[in-house]
This record gives sequence, structure tokens and C-alpha cells, in this order.
Amino acid sequence: MSDIIDRRDNPRHKSAVNQQRFLKRYRNQVREAVARAISGRKIAETDRDASISIPARDLAEPTFGHGRGGKRSIVLPGNKEYVAGDELPRPSGGQGQGSGKGGASNEGEGEDEFRFRLSREEFLDFFFEGMELPDLIKTQLAAIPQQKSVRAGFKTNGTPTNLAIIRTMRESLGRRIALAAPHKFRLRELEEELFRLETQDDPDQASIAELIAECEHLRARILAVPFIDDFDLRYNNRVMQPKPIAQAVMFCIMDVSGSMDENRKDLAKRFFILLHLFLTRHYERIELVFIRHHTAAKVVDEEEFFHSTESGGTIVSSALELALEEIKERFPQDQWNIYVAQASDGDNWDSDSPKCKELLLKEILPRVQYYSYVEIETEQPQSLWLQYEEAKGAAPNLALGRIRTRSDIYPVLRELFSKKLLAVVA
Amino acid sequence: MSIEGHDQSGDMATASDHEPEPTYGAKERGTILPTGSEWTFELIERYDQEIAKVAERYGLDTYRNQIEIISAEQMMDAYASNGMPINYTHWTFGKRFLSTEQTYKRGHMGLAYEIVINSNPCIAYLMEENTMPMQALVIAHACYGHNSFFKGNYLFRTWTHADSIIDYLVFAKSYIADCERRYGGKEVERVLDACHALQNLGVDRYKRPPRRSFAQEQARQKERESYVQAQVNELWRTLPQIKHDGDEEFEGNFPPEPEENLLYFVEKHAPLLDSWQRELARIVRKLGQYFYPQRQTQVMNEGWATFWHYTILQTMYDDGLLADSFMFEVLHSHTSVLTQPRFDSQYFSGINPYALGFAMFKDIRRICEAPAEEDYRWFPDIAGGDWLKTVHYAMRNFKDESFISQYLSPKLIRDFRLFCLIDDDQDAKMRVGAIHDDAGYRAVRDALSRQYSLAERDPDIQVTHVDMTGDRTLTLQHYTRDRKPLSPDYKDVMKHLAWLWGFKVKLDAVGEDGTIQTLHEVTLENRKRRVDARQIAAMRRP
Repeated sequence: MSDIIDRRDNPRHKSAVNQQRFLKRYRNQVREAVARAISGRKIAETDRDASISIPARDLAEPTFGHGRGGKRSIVLPGNKEYVAGDELPRPSGGQGQGSGKGGASNEGEGEDEFRFRLSREEFLDFFFEGMELPDLIKTQLAAIPQQKSVRAGFKTNGTPTNLAIIRTMRESLGRRIALAAPHKFRLRELEEELFRLETQDDPDQASIAELIAECEHLRARILAVPFIDDFDLRYNNRVMQPKPIAQAVMFCIMDVSGSMDENRKDLAKRFFILLHLFLTRHYERIELVFIRHHTAAKVVDEEEFFHSTESGGTIVSSALELALEEIKERFPQDQWNIYVAQASDGDNWDSDSPKCKELLLKEILPRVQYYSYVEIETEQPQSLWLQYEEAKGAAPNLALGRIRTRSDIYPVLRELFSKKLLAVVA
Repeated sequence: MSIEGHDQSGDMATASDHEPEPTYGAKERGTILPTGSEWTFELIERYDQEIAKVAERYGLDTYRNQIEIISAEQMMDAYASNGMPINYTHWTFGKRFLSTEQTYKRGHMGLAYEIVINSNPCIAYLMEENTMPMQALVIAHACYGHNSFFKGNYLFRTWTHADSIIDYLVFAKSYIADCERRYGGKEVERVLDACHALQNLGVDRYKRPPRRSFAQEQARQKERESYVQAQVNELWRTLPQIKHDGDEEFEGNFPPEPEENLLYFVEKHAPLLDSWQRELARIVRKLGQYFYPQRQTQVMNEGWATFWHYTILQTMYDDGLLADSFMFEVLHSHTSVLTQPRFDSQYFSGINPYALGFAMFKDIRRICEAPAEEDYRWFPDIAGGDWLKTVHYAMRNFKDESFISQYLSPKLIRDFRLFCLIDDDQDAKMRVGAIHDDAGYRAVRDALSRQYSLAERDPDIQVTHVDMTGDRTLTLQHYTRDRKPLSPDYKDVMKHLAWLWGFKVKLDAVGEDGTIQTLHEVTLENRKRRVDARQIAAMRRP
């Protein structure tokens, strides 16, 4: 009669190409929306799919239709008290207009925002257009999630190659004992009875024959218990686990001296978020280490990092020394890819800046993949900047940027991670 | 039970005196089909066979069914492309997918249990999540209800080609993909965007196109390409022609008759379009035309399908094929589909076409089987008649508008407690025009019928004039009714139209008293240069 077809295995996402067209067409709006979404999240939370909304009027597809006004009659169900001629006030907000049709004339009125979901990949792609980090050799491996198979107990079905023989035999033995036991008991009883009858003076041949027959029957029953049965079978269970072959640690270093106000911290946070996001693109596992400093440096958690304030002077080298210590103790460089992001307003004791340069060039830069530094909201390049700039000549994995407003962050990062830089490094 | 002037066969009426179900009900009780909520392909096949048998008893004439089981994700894909299994590529379908996905994943909306396509064979998508009772319901609803509607209703018979729609979509997809390769994605998108803006007024209401196969379509397309271009060049030639004796200056109005199909007019007469752009306009127009009957038969189509899933499964239950538990689930789904919130409920979103359509078909059956005195007055031609013939007749020969004005009974108006509200922006308040009483039945029925009239819903806009001798301005006229204005995005539509036309376009509003007032004008400057080049090319042609 009818043809019944299973289409569930057909390719999904037939409209994927249309979605791509849509994202391409509204690239600018989506990019802005993505930027808005990111500012409200924690650093490590940013790497998820995201609900994005863009103004619906930007996407409206105009058609000729009727607008509000004029004279119209509407038929509605559920009259309770009205009789012909009753007058009632016009509801505000245009209710009661719904005549059962969607679309056509009410385009552009309904929702102000068009909301949709960007997958994690799409979301991030919008951020990292054109950006690449130097030294991607290790990271390229990490981009493809590698899995390894791990033992995870036993299961009752599987392929013959995974048969767990010892387990299976144990099951089999248990089952055979359990199934044969009642028969064995009975058999022993009968055999004793038989022995008793046979050793009597006047053996009752009829009952002996009966007993023998029953014994034979029981032996047959015992033999009939299969040596191995389907439900004895046990297989090794293996599950695939992601294999963290590439891990990275990201040091966030920030100056929290009195001169770093909320606005500067906010800019710094955005900078860290973006670097973190970029790293999650390439590493299975990322450790975050937050180091805040004024005259002395301290390892803190994210909350404290961004939210508590200190006052006093600034000695940047204290933070660099602490970072170096952490690297030496906890993050050996043959196991970790090390990234450092430093944000500061450039204030530093004048005599400390050359020391920072020394530390950077001799100790830190040889150990890390990449060191990035942003100077926030400064009129003139400060002493630290000047020293770092000198260092930059000798160190290809050091990147510098100066940012003033929110809108500067993205271009600066672009510059930091741009392919151009990569080419220079290579 | 015989009525004067009863136009249906009298013997049927007498037959129904003896037995309530003379021909359609089965006498013997069957064995219960397997129950349980899990479906399997074997079960679907068995249920389908049984449903088909009952459908045949009720005379449902269908295309062959092709039932396809799909996943939720595939269902969302199908949503995005108007349910079509294949469609051309355009961002608007991606937008639709994203918004469906968003509302579905956040739980704001469930997906349809099925989608059925007006094609031959009739393709029905069933969701894999459905339970067996749901699958049975959906098969009865889509594969026998909607399917027979597609095959029987005059609008579908006249305007759509179930045999060739899939072929046409294949052609459209490959043609548009080809254009993208040749002329670039941006160019193609520009044309499609503009055509989409005119799609709802790109419909022939009266002319009927002939049937054609894919191969013929392709051959004709090639033919059109060369022919139309030649024609257009001829039409817009600016070089003075050598006048032969007896030739007269072109003086009549162009177009000679106002044209309501804007997209058709653009395709045939826009002077500057390339032939591939005309073909794109044609594709958009054709697909708009294909969906045109669906927009006009929502209530009937859903009502018919709901009426039949209900009647078929109820018959199977009466025949002893369905278990009680099975039927309970069916009825549960059935009733939830038919919910009609009152106008003042927070869930109210217009009249539920399922509820209204189902109630009307059921009511027709009631009028035939158990007419009240009132029904003899209102429906003398069907009261006491053969219900099956009557519902089939109604299904074949009406659209929502005429169906309601023909068959909406006073009883239903009372049941739904329908009332008519008159909203005139010149009055301070809205006024209740009519309610469910003797004085109001007709008014309510007329108003509801008009509510489903496309002529009422879509603005009446026609091409009335092209300035052939001057600057080629294209004039549209909007014939307003009840002072209803156009929605504000008409200006954007006009921009699209101007782009397609290539010259100035003008929109006039014509009042009910005949006053004409210019509403909007769009002038295009940047195409001028291209025009000249083309005219020169046209002039050089031998």
C-alpha cells in the first residue's frame, strides 16, 4: 500500500548551508551581538554556545500587507456577556487583532529581537577571525580531540574479541553449580537409598530398578546443564576518554595598585577573556593562574583577582618573580604550554622596569610559548612599555599593545594574534 | 425524513432511515491490533493497512503514500524549507531554521507530529518520537486526510501539480545554484530578496497554468530565455522606427488591463533584467503559486484531516481493532489539538483552524444525520441527506471563505459563542456588531468568511500604467477598502520593486470614492549607465 521509509539516517542539517548564508549576510550584527554576550560572562564560561539576539528590524523581509487602522471587523470566540451594540474600549498594544493568521501583515511588529543560538564553534569563530597564535605545532595536535580507550568494567554484550574469559567462566561455573545443585542433592539421597536397598538381605528388585532409572534421569539432567550459556558471557567494557595531550596554563597578571580603576580592570578582563577563549580552541585542558600585584604579588582566585582593590605603589617585577616561581614548581615546560597575559597601567618604580626586562628576557620568555602585555589607558608610553619594547626586538614571542577604550581591545588582540605575527615568528 | 427540493438522492435518505451506517460501517468485529506505545516498522505497516481499508470504505481518494520517519532535527530542517524535501538555497530558510531551533530547544514550542507534502506520491514525515497511537493518528490525519484533500479540492487541482512539484524544486535548486556559480552569490541573493518581497502578490488568481514535466520545463526555460529577451529589447527600443504606411503611434495604455500579479509583470516586462533574473522571478512566483491554495484552505484542510483521523480511528475502535488504552491516547491528543481558548484568555491566538474546521465537518454530518428544525431552514439542501456525499462535496468545491459562508451553522456559532467586533479607528471605542442570536447569525458568518478571504487579507495592489513614451515610470495602484492602510514596510518593498524594474516606481492609493493620491515614489539613479549600454547593444542588433 504505502511506502514506509526510514529517513532518520539521512544527513541532518540540510539547512546548514542556509544558516551559513544567514550568518554571512548578517555578519556585522552577529559580531556585535557576540561582543555583547561575552562581556557578561566569566573567563572560563565564555567557551560555550550562546543565545544571540539581533534587532528584528534588521532582518525583516518586507511584504505588502495591511497595517493598523481603518475599519475592520473581527470575529472572536467565547462571548460571555456582550450583546449587539455594546461598546468596549480599544485595548492598548493592539490586542484582539489576531485573526488567526500569522505572518503577512504583522511582520516587524511582533518581536523586537530575533533570538537564535550560535553553537560554540560558530560563536568562537566570530571572535577569532584571522587570529592565530605563534608556535602552533603542539596546538595543532590538540585541536583534534584525541581519545584513548579506557577499561570500564564488564558488560554482557560485545564483540568476540573483547570476551573476558575468566569472568565468563566464573559466571558459567556459578550457574552450573546453581542449576545442578538440587539435582545433585537428590541424586546423593537416591544413591544412599539405593545403597541401602542393595545391601538389604532381600533386595527389592523393582524399587532398585526404579531408583536406578531415576538416578540415570538425574545424571542426565545434570549433564544437560550447559557448560556455557549466552548469559554467562562477559565482555571487557572499554570507553573512549578524551586524551589530554596538550595542556596549557595561562597566567593572568594584573596590576591592582590604586591607579587601576574599575574601568581599567574591565578592559583588562576583556583582554584576558579573549586570550583564554583562544587557548580553549587549542588545548584540551587549561589552567588559569591569577597573579595580582602592587608592591608585592600574590596568587589569588578569579573573584579576588577582579574585585578587590589595594592601594600603594607598584613593583611589577614581584609579579614576574612569582610567575617564574610558579612555572618552575608547578608547570614544567615539557608538560605545559605556558602563556602569560599581563595587564597594567604602566606605572612602575623607575628602577624596577629594567629589572623586569632582564627577568623577561633571561628567565620567562625562554620558558613560555607566548607573552602578551597590554598597557591600559595611558597618555604616553610608560617606562615599563619602553623597556618591554626594547625586549621585543630580541624576543619574537613577546607581544605588546596599548588600549584605551573597549573598542580597542579587539583590534589589539587581532594584532597580537594576527597571522602576520605568525609569519614573522616562523 | 424527506425534504422538498432535496437535491441529493432520495434513496440514500430512506436507506439511512433503516440503518444509521448503511454502507460504511463494518459488521464483523476484528481482532485487536497490537497495543503498546513503542512503534516498529511492522506495526506502522499493519496500522497503515487497516487505516487504508477504513479510508477506502469512506471513499477517500488519495495519492499513493510515502511515509518517511524522521528525527526532530530533520523536522526542523523541514520546517525551515516550507516542509519541502528539497529547496533552493537562501538565507531566509536559515533564519527560519535558527528561530525554530531556538524556540524548540528552549521548550517554547513543540514540533509538529507530522508534515505532509502535496506531491504525488504524497510524502508524509512522521517524527520518530511519536508513540504508536500517535503514529496511527498521524497516518490517518496526514496520509488519508490531507492527502485526499490535496487530491480532491478544486484549488489544489487547479493550481498545483502534485506530480511535478518535486521535479520543479530540483530544477529550481540546480538552476539557482548554477546562477550563483555564474553570476555570484550576492547577485542571486539580491534578485531573490526582491522577488520574495513580492511573492504574496505574485499569484495568478484566475489564469491556470498547464502541466509540464521537468524535461519540458528545462526546454521551455531555454526557449523563454532567448525569446523574452528579444521581446523586451523590442519593446524598449528607443531608436525611431521607420514608419510604414498605416502604422500608428502606440497610444493605448500599457498594460492594457491592470495586472495583479506583480511578479509576473516584472518577469515579463521589466526592461533591464537579464534572462536568468527573469527565470529567478519565475521560480519564486511558481512556488508562491504552489502554496497559494494552502493559504486559502487552512480551516478546511486541517478540519478535513482532523475529521477523518477522528472518524477513521473511531470506526476502527468500533470494529474492535483498537484497544481502549490506545483509543484513550488518541482521544487525548485529538482533544488537545482542538483546544479553542476564549478571546479573553491569555492563550488566545486567533481561531484555531483545527477546532473550527473539525467542528464544521462534524456539524455537516450532524445536519445530515440528525437535523434540527433550524437546520431544515438553514440548510434545506443537505439536512437529512447523505453525510458522506455532503462532506466530500464540501471538501471538493470550496475554500475557507466560501466553505464558512456556505456551511457555518447557527448551532456552531452558538457553540463557539462567536461574536463580531467592529474596530473603526474613527470611533473612540470598538463596537460589538453581532452575536450568536437570530439577528446576528448571518452577520457573524459573513464577517468570519471575510476574515478568511485572501482578497481581504492581502492588499489589492495592481500595476496600472507604464509610462512608455516618457521616463518608464511604473505605476501601481493600491485600492483601499475600509480605509485600511498598508503596513509601513511597503516602502522597502517599493525599493525592491524599483530595483527589479530599473526605473522609477510609483505607488498610488485609490480611495473607495475613487480619489487617487500618490503614496510613495522610488527613483533609481545608479542603474542609468547600464541602461544606456544595453540600449546601445539593443540598437546594434540587426
